[in-house]
Amino acid sequence: MNGNHTLRNGLLQGLGFALMIAALYMVFIYVPTEKHTGIVQRIFYFHVPIAWVSFLAFFVTFIFSILYLWQRKIKIDAIADASAEVGVIFTTLVLITGPIWAKPVWGIWWTWDARLTTSLLLWIIYIAYLLVRRLANEPERGARYSAVIGIVGFIDVPIVFFTVNLWRTQHPTTIVFEGGLTTPMLATLMVCIAAFTVLYILLLVQSANLKFMEAGIRQLKSIMQIE
Amino acid sequence: MNRAFAKIIAIFWKDMLTELRTREIIVSVLVFALLVLVIFSFAFGAEAEVTESIAPGILWVALTFGGIIGLNRTFALEKENSRLEGLMLCPVDHAVIYWGKLAGSFTFMLAVAIVVTPIFLTLFNLPVFIPELVLIIVLALTGFAAVGTLFSALAVNTRARDIMLPILFLPVVIPVIIAAVKATGLALAGNHWGDMLIWLQIIIVFDIIYLVAATLVFEFVIEE
Repeated sequence: MNGNHTLRNGLLQGLGFALMIAALYMVFIYVPTEKHTGIVQRIFYFHVPIAWVSFLAFFVTFIFSILYLWQRKIKIDAIADASAEVGVIFTTLVLITGPIWAKPVWGIWWTWDARLTTSLLLWIIYIAYLLVRRLANEPERGARYSAVIGIVGFIDVPIVFFTVNLWRTQHPTTIVFEGGLTTPMLATLMVCIAAFTVLYILLLVQSANLKFMEAGIRQLKSIMQIE
Repeated sequence: MNRAFAKIIAIFWKDMLTELRTREIIVSVLVFALLVLVIFSFAFGAEAEVTESIAPGILWVALTFGGIIGLNRTFALEKENSRLEGLMLCPVDHAVIYWGKLAGSFTFMLAVAIVVTPIFLTLFNLPVFIPELVLIIVLALTGFAAVGTLFSALAVNTRARDIMLPILFLPVVIPVIIAAVKATGLALAGNHWGDMLIWLQIIIVFDIIYLVAATLVFEFVIEE
């Protein structure tokens, strides 16, 4: 993970830039305003891709946490950590854009339905992931402990989703997402999903590289101190 | 298999003996749980309809927060005097340590529940012995102990150990709390096993998944 990948990084950045410009154009200019909910509905084109990417990020952390406990390679840990960081950022955005959209459309900021509750919980669990890593007594322990949380926390997600779903059906809500997606809306959504996925990959690669180099510096420092 | 079981009992009995002599965990957890019970009762007012609907929640808040305090102690004591390293020097599979500590945590939480629940039922004018409630409590506390023992071992080695355990523990056990509160509500209203089956099933599935996952992963938490 060094200068050998300049071409790859450059291409990725170019692609990401192009996609994001296309997404912005499509969301704000191309796609027609939705009939029932008006302009605020455009948040949907950001909210959904960001939510999808946040789940992807945590899934990546889950997989790389397992890999790390098995292989103990710093590169793997750097990816898990970077993915969790990006995941927390994206989940924060989900939790902010969601209520902004919900208030004008549903009349409420928040409700304890399965998806929202699961997102909030995911956010808290992965903040704990980041905290444990930074509060552990040594970096290696921090990597190990957060890998454990990355695994155990992820397992919880489907359980929480199922349980809250069941819990909420006891008190049915009146919130229903009506209507399907017309072709321009679908196209806009697809472009946005692509744009944010590429953004995730870019952030992941940059962040993981940085963490890997930081770990290398720590290693060098500890070697030099011994000598 | 028998040897492993004997070792688990040995670790469990060590914790019981320590606790019987010092009584430091049980007393503090008990007092705390009772305080939570009382304060929440005041906080939510005394009208009958209100208390009926939130009574299960009050009980489980008391048991949850009391449980966290007890779980904190589980490994805090091991950390002092390097007792954990001593345990690890024994020729036991590290999962055995997990199960031994699990049995200890579960027993403490159960002991607290045995005292707190009748007091709770009396304060809310409910029948003092409800068999369904016993099962709910046993199942839910198993889940608490399964998750809490793992996270306690983890949190004790971090810098902010007192706050780390709640932050890790509470989000993960939310399904148990939801299911336990719902089932308790049904039990207190006089329903029978059939009505609360789905909630009990959720707790059982959670328990199984987390007992297995924690057993597999505990090794990574206590290794040096």
